Order: sequence, then C-alpha cells, then structure tokens
Amino acid sequence: MKPAPFDYYAPTSVEEALDKLTELGYSGKVLAGGQSLIPAMNFRMARPTALVDLNKVKELSYIKPTADGGLAIGTMTRDSVVEDDILVNERFPILVNTIKHIAHKQIRNRGTFGGAIAHADPAAQLPAAILLLDANLKVLSKSGERWVKATDFFIGPFMTVLEPEEMLAEVVLPPMAPRTGASYQQVSRQKGGYAQAAVISTVTLDGSDRVKEARVALFSVGESALLASKPNQVLAGQVPTAEAIEEVAAYVAKNECDPGTDIHGTEEYRRNLVHVLVRRALIDAVQQAKK
Amino acid sequence: MAEKYVGKSIKRNEDRRLLTGNSTFIDDINLPGMLHVAIKRSDFAHAKINKIDVEKAKALPGVVAVYTADDLGDYWRPGPLQVPPPSVIKGAIFNARPLECIAKNKIRFSGEPVAVVVAEDRYIAEDALDLIDLDVEILPYVGDLEKTVAPDAPLIHEDLESNLAADVVQEVGSWEKAVAEADVVVKKRLLVNRVAGAALENRGIVVNWDANLNLLTVWATTQGPIPMRNSIAKYLGLLENQVRLINPAIGGGFGPKIMSSQIDDVVIPWIAMKLKRPIKWVEDRRENFLGTTSERDQLHYAEIALKKDGTILGVKDVFYHNTGAYNPYGMTVPLNTQAHTVSNYRVPNFLTEIKMVFTNQMVVTPVRGAGRPQGVFVMERLLDAAAEELGMDKAEIRRINLLQPEDFPLRSGIIGQDFVEGVLDSGNYPYALEQTLEKIEYEKFKKEIQPKARAEGKYKGIGIAMFTEGTAVGPYEGCKVMVGVTGKVSVVTAYSNQGQGHYTTFAQIAADNLGVKVTDVDVVTGDSGQWSWGVGAFASRGITLVGTAIHNASLKVREKALNLASKLLETPVDELEMEDSVVRVADIPEKFISLGDLAMRSNPTRGTVEPGMEPGLEAASYYGPPHGATGFGSLGMIVEVDPETGKINIERIVITDDCGQPVNPMVVDGQIHGGLQMGIGEAFYENLVYDDYGQLVTASFMDYLFPQATDMPDKFEIIHSQTKSPLNPLGIKGVGEAGAIAPPACMMQAFEDALGLKDMFITESSINPSKLYHYVQKAKGA
Repeated sequence: MKPAPFDYYAPTSVEEALDKLTELGYSGKVLAGGQSLIPAMNFRMARPTALVDLNKVKELSYIKPTADGGLAIGTMTRDSVVEDDILVNERFPILVNTIKHIAHKQIRNRGTFGGAIAHADPAAQLPAAILLLDANLKVLSKSGERWVKATDFFIGPFMTVLEPEEMLAEVVLPPMAPRTGASYQQVSRQKGGYAQAAVISTVTLDGSDRVKEARVALFSVGESALLASKPNQVLAGQVPTAEAIEEVAAYVAKNECDPGTDIHGTEEYRRNLVHVLVRRALIDAVQQAKK
Repeated sequence: MAEKYVGKSIKRNEDRRLLTGNSTFIDDINLPGMLHVAIKRSDFAHAKINKIDVEKAKALPGVVAVYTADDLGDYWRPGPLQVPPPSVIKGAIFNARPLECIAKNKIRFSGEPVAVVVAEDRYIAEDALDLIDLDVEILPYVGDLEKTVAPDAPLIHEDLESNLAADVVQEVGSWEKAVAEADVVVKKRLLVNRVAGAALENRGIVVNWDANLNLLTVWATTQGPIPMRNSIAKYLGLLENQVRLINPAIGGGFGPKIMSSQIDDVVIPWIAMKLKRPIKWVEDRRENFLGTTSERDQLHYAEIALKKDGTILGVKDVFYHNTGAYNPYGMTVPLNTQAHTVSNYRVPNFLTEIKMVFTNQMVVTPVRGAGRPQGVFVMERLLDAAAEELGMDKAEIRRINLLQPEDFPLRSGIIGQDFVEGVLDSGNYPYALEQTLEKIEYEKFKKEIQPKARAEGKYKGIGIAMFTEGTAVGPYEGCKVMVGVTGKVSVVTAYSNQGQGHYTTFAQIAADNLGVKVTDVDVVTGDSGQWSWGVGAFASRGITLVGTAIHNASLKVREKALNLASKLLETPVDELEMEDSVVRVADIPEKFISLGDLAMRSNPTRGTVEPGMEPGLEAASYYGPPHGATGFGSLGMIVEVDPETGKINIERIVITDDCGQPVNPMVVDGQIHGGLQMGIGEAFYENLVYDDYGQLVTASFMDYLFPQATDMPDKFEIIHSQTKSPLNPLGIKGVGEAGAIAPPACMMQAFEDALGLKDMFITESSINPSKLYHYVQKAKGA
C-alpha cells in the first residue's frame, strides 16, 4: 500500500497553484485534506502523475459572513473548523449536524470542506448538503473565475464540471429563510461509517403552517448526491400532513433514487431506507420549523 | 505478611513502556543495508501457471532480485504440516495438503504468492510488482462448501479423488436411539460466516544473516516462536541455536500469527542468506486480508431430539468445514467445534461429523474462538428452536438441561484438538446461568420492561446463551526463573506475547513466591536466544501453562534461596521468611540477607563447592497438563431493533465468566472486553466475502467492517465465577477466547425476541441491518 511514483508541488498562493494546474493539465491533481485521495493512491486505484498540494495556500481557508445572512467558506477550511464555527452554528445548524456525521473527528480535522465537494463521492455528506442549501461555487482558473450552482456542479460518481486547470475556491451558502426546519437522517452500519442511505431535508413554513418550500437531498443511493423534486411539487402550498409526507417518501424511494445491491445491503432494503428516512426527515423538519 | 499479587487487579508493568512509545515493534527494526520485500500475489482464485515473466521487474532501478518458485530450485517444497491429524479417531480420513510457500505450476486461491521482489525500499518493491506479468490458464473457481464435493466439481488438488479434505465421525451413545425415544426432533440448516483475526498490527519478519557468527537472527510477529525457529533451522540446514528468533513487541495476534511455513518464514530467510543482506517484510492491511489465514465458515445440518418436557435426548450435527485451498493446520478448528457443541448440557446421545472441504479460498486456521463459536452457535440455536417448538422459555430449556456440578470431571467421549478424549475438568454451569439472569433482570425484562417498551413502539429483546471454552491444552510450556545479583527477578519464557498482559500476570505469580515487588520482576517472552523450549500462544493456554511453570520454577528458586540462606544465617529453613526481597529470620527482623547477596553467594568464583551443587538462584520448569481446563460462562444481552431500518442498539451486555482463579481480574476483564467485541463483530459487522470468481471483495476496512469503540455499548457487565481447576496448583484456566464465543448465538436470539415475529428464525451467525429487514419481511409474509 505505497503509492505509485508522482511529482509533488506545494504552492503557497492561489496564483502559483493555478499556474501549476495550468501547466500540468490532465497530469495534475489537487491535494486538499487527503482523506480520500491518499488512501486511493496507496491502493494504487488513483495514480496521479503530479499532486498540487493546497495545504500551504492559507488564503483558501476562511469562513466569512455574507451581507444577506449567508456564509462564504474557503475551500481549504477544515471540516472540524466549519463544525465548530460560531457563525455556522448560528446560521446553518443543519450543516453542523451533517458534518458531525462525516467519519470521526480526527478525519474532520484534516478533511476540507471544498475537498469533499470537489471529490464528489456519491456517499459523501457535503455534496448533498450544498445541493440542499442551494450553494453557489466559485471556480478559479488562470483565465479568471466562474460561478457554478451546486445543482449544476456534479455530473456523476467522482465527477464534476471542474476542468483540470480549475480549482474550487469558495462555497457560498445563501441564507436560510425564516421558519425553516431541517433534519439529518441516515442509516450506516457503523458510527462514522458510510451511509447505506441518508437524507437531509429542509422545510420552510409560511405564517399559516403551510409549506413554502420543501427540499430533500439524498446521498449514498445513486451515482451522485441527489436533490429530489417530488417533495416540493407535492408539499408546496400544502399543510404537510402525515399522508402527504408518506406519499412523497414512497415516491422518492421508488422514483428519485437509484441504490444498488452490495455486500452491505440489497437495493430493496435501501429503497425502503429512503422511504423511511425521507418520511422521518420531513416530519422532523416540519417540527423544527414550527419551533 | 507481604502483599500477595495473584488475584489482584494491579496495573500492568508494560503499560508505561507501551503508552510512551518506547516499545519496539517489527516495523521499528531497521538495520544497516536492509532490503525490503514485496510479494506478488495472484489475482486469480484457481489457475494453471503458464509463465511468470519477471524480467521487466528485475530491470527496474532499485530492484535487487525477483524470485519465483522455479528460482527456489530444490529448496521449494510444500509444508510441513503444522498440525498433524489425531491418529486415535477410528475411521477418520485426512488428506493432508500443506501450504505451498509460493505457488508452483498452480494457483489455488486469490492472494496466493507467486513471486517475491527484493528492492532497496518498499516503494520500489511495490512498483516492481506492477511489472510482473503472470500468464495463466484460468480454471473454474470452487467456493461453495457443498458443491465443492459434488462429483463434477473441478479438483483443487488433482492428485485427490475429490475436494474432500477430511471426514471425521464421532458418536457418543446412539443418535438413532435418541430419535426413537424422542417426542420432537427439530432440524436446522445453520451457517457460520468467515471472519478475519484482524490484529491492530499485521504480520512481519526481519531477517539478518551473520555469516561470521553463523547466526541467523529473525524478528517475527509469530505466536509460535520456537516451532517457527525450528522449521527455519530445518529448512536452512542450521542447528536450532544458529537461529535466534525474537518476538518484538506485537500488536495483537488472535490466531493467524500462529501460522508458519508461509512465504515469510520459508522464503525470506533463504533470500537473506543468499543475498547476505538484512531483509524486512511487513504486511500491509490489504495484504493481511489477502494473504493471512482466517476462520469460521461452516455449514451445519443440525438436529436435536427432545422429550416433551424439554429434556434433551440427543444431538446430531453434520457439518461442512471450509479449510480453504490447503489444510496445514490439521483438524484443530473442526475438532474444537465437535468438542464445544454439547459441552454445557447433559446430552446422552451425540453424533457429530466433520466434512472438511477444500475450496479456492484463503486457508482456514484458528481465529480467537477457533471452532468453539460454531459449536456453541449450533447448540444454542437448536435450543432456541426447540424452545419455540415446545412453547418453553429460552432460559428454562437451558436450565433443565445443564450439566450439574456433581457431573465433573466429565469424560466427553469426544477427541479434541489435543488428540485425547475431552475431559471437562470442573464447572458450575447453573451458577453461571443464574448469575447472568439475575444481573440482567431476565424475569423483570420479560414481564415488565419488554411489554412496556413495546407499548411505546420500541422493540426490545433479550438473549441468553451458554458457552464453554476448552483452554490450556498441551503439550507443554516452560520457563526459567532466576534471582539476579540486584535482587530483581528474571522470568524467561519462549511463549509469545501479543498484548495479553504477561509482563504483569507472569510477574505476579513469581513475585508472590519469591517475596519481591511485582515491578522487580522482569519478564522476557519469545526470544529463543534466552529460552529455547516451548510451543506457542494458542488455545487460551498462556497463563495456565506458562503460569504454572513459573509457579513451579519460582518455588524451586525459593527453595534454593532458603537453603543457602539457612546456611549463611545458621538458621533452619522453617524459621526463615522470604519477603521484601530479603530472607530473614522470622523472629529476628534485623538478621537477614538480601536476595541479591544470596544470588551473588550462590555463584562462587573461587574455592570449592559441594558435590552436586548447582550454581545460581535459578530454576527451570515445564508444565504439560493431561488435558485442558474448562472455562465456561453465560452471556446475556438486551438489544433494541428498529424494525423499519434494521438498525440495532445493544443496551446491555452481562457476562458471567469462569476462568478458575483469575491472576489479575483487570487483565481478565480486558480479555473479555476484546473477546466480546470480536464476537459482536462476527455477529453484526465483520464478514469476509468472496465474489463469484473467488475474489475477496472485503480486502480493506472500508468494506470489512471492524467494530470500533464507538459501536460498543457503554459498558460490559462482567461477573467472575471462580471454579478452580483441579489440574494445576493455582487453579487457573484460560480466558483469551471466552468473550468471542457466545455473542452470535446470543444476539440472534435477542433480535428475534425483540421483533417477536412467530416464524422468524435467524439461521446465520452474521447478519446486518439489510438481512434483518429481509428476515422481518419474510416473517411478515411480505
């Protein structure tokens, strides 16, 4: 379990990093926290010719409030820093709850917020979280910056719209609407382990307790993190009754996810989990919204 | 009276060294000029080797040598058989096919070594593995325990008529008679899965050949240093004392590290002598999954015959035991299964048959539990099924069938892993059962807690299972105890230590007999340069065999010291006392001589000695029991199950364990904690899975789920019952495997109890939330 030979670069600025990525093209690979890439390299499943290590690029690590009440998170901010940040806890408690389910603290101390998103593991929490929270992603390259919506960012397992010379630099989370409740539900075989199915949801209620918006993100049950569309179609403008939620949960489990069978669980079981967890997440989120 | 240590939970002598990072593990050993080995392992499960092209690998800069079986010439040979089969069982068939250190002509399991790369560092060695070209003709893979012995199955060893590795029938009484007299006979097909003995530290070996001294020094993580030393010496044509085998600090063993005659101990020393350079090989985790032996994997067709009142009349168990591609470890595991099936109960008629089969999978050798969990799983599941059939309580059916204290010692009629008829030396099973039932509040749970939880929509259940643990089998262990000139005591044994606490427990025994502080006893384990006789760490035998040898040797040293002091102090021995590291005259405390001075005086360097005099305050002793000492106990668990998701939560675990006299109850607790965690792992997390082509799909901790501290309940409630073994002076029995035996049986019963579905019966020892969900669906008729 030693990696194949590779070149290693450790730029100290974004500019230097982008130069290097442009120079390397398809041979280059960004190293962030390394919690996924390094094991993959040690197994020789990943064999990048060159690594561009961003750990010395200090300007990529920050959490800044945005004027509208949201947050901007630098790509190299460690998961545990996001988890423990006061502003994140105030403005996005669901994000804190989500991060707490990423592996164990030691791993969150190394793993980075942007790294997990750019890695696009279909079983990872953060891609689903940014779909749920409708984030905007700042992508940099030598030729400038572009902004990509989270919903446009992921194109398949471990695949994103990032070009080889580009890097994900910042994630901007728009503010949560008032009277929004959220819930995180997962079943994993071990604490800190991969989910067999997981659901994160937000429900925003209006003054008469009708649903303004219901968002349901799923992960570990398809080729990438998913944002289900049925919940909002059915529930928007409605009182979220148990029957309506059950209908939504059943529909999502049947039509809006694509879990497979593996050694840990059958497709049937994991669709059942989606059904149960979507139901539980929506009921919980509604209750939280009413608080 | 000085403090006595045996029976006390004192802190461990070794922990300061370990916790401050001052122990040397195998990978810490670095010698000047050392080379590194990586092993090319087959990706194919069953194949004929046409050609292995290593030229590109050899050409890689930094590669020193590459060897295949052909390069070994006459040195290549299979075996030897590490454990022979017992010859005393009538009619037993055993087709011995010991391991091949490196595959020649044919590959029989995925992960089997086919070439060895030696390079300047491990990175280069692994790069070179990629350059080895293996040209093979792929043969059909055989992995199914029953299909492998079907007439048309492809042969794994072509010189045999079939893939049957062994067939052993043992019968006590008459199963036929039991059936004739029975009111009910319950039949079940039960599966026990395969698990890894995943130690924190993997295997490793470092070899240094000193041609000037004619001394081969081998550091190895083996659990059996002397047998490995002997086999290396024999292979290389050296005398035993020309091979010094040293166990460095070892991070866990759990069974697989007992295996020798593998590529590491056969081929690497040969290469070290050939290249005249020190060589290191340390297995990585992926390699450990692919290249290190594992265990369980049995399929049982089991039946129990009973009277209407629940009295057992007989048990029949015909089982397939997967030995993998070879059977170097003889029949230890399945014999242990036979010996541990009915061992808690009065079963007048017992028929048990082993069908050991070859498959294209990793070789099976003992992993903590070593056949016992299978036997216990089968018996306890049969009792659960019988209780359902008869409408009896699960605790009651056990209670009325338990062996009683007056039944011991009991000749079991079953030949076990030590090749003699089993004798259950002592026991008080009813006490063990009642202690656990009382502590876990079995009656209250059934009558109050469970119904109340159910009314609140919570599915809680309780399980109760019995187990025995045959421990402390022969042949023997030995040691040398010496008082040094500082008055400190040296205990040296070749037994190997993987973290069991020997530096404390062995010291406790010696300290009591020699009147010294336990911290003044230095224990050396597993160094053939210091002590050259012994067998190895298996079968929960260390504390009983080595401990008894230490007890006897330290008593001999005590006698020597007292005799010498008697002369020097001019006082009869019976007026002397030995404590605080001195021998003193009992009534005159100021008249004494220190143990250190006695040691000095015991080795005169001038003058003359009396005839027959033996120098030094030193003695050696060996201990070999006539048969094992029987540990036993009961396990109770309360679980909650979410029937919608299959998620579980273990609320309580109560275990009553009897290992006779515990030398250090805290260390015993540690053994039980670890054992329970492995048992829970087997039942709910761990599973070695091969795909349809014989590829191990669980070759990392990403896929092979090892239970973590965060998956365990907050505490294990442990009760020590202490039925002393009559076999040794301290009354001790082993405990290393106790915790790992009963959890699968107990957990499955608890899950069923929690869900309360009439037709739900779990037939496998390892499940997961998905399987639990499907059991529920099936029972509900969905």
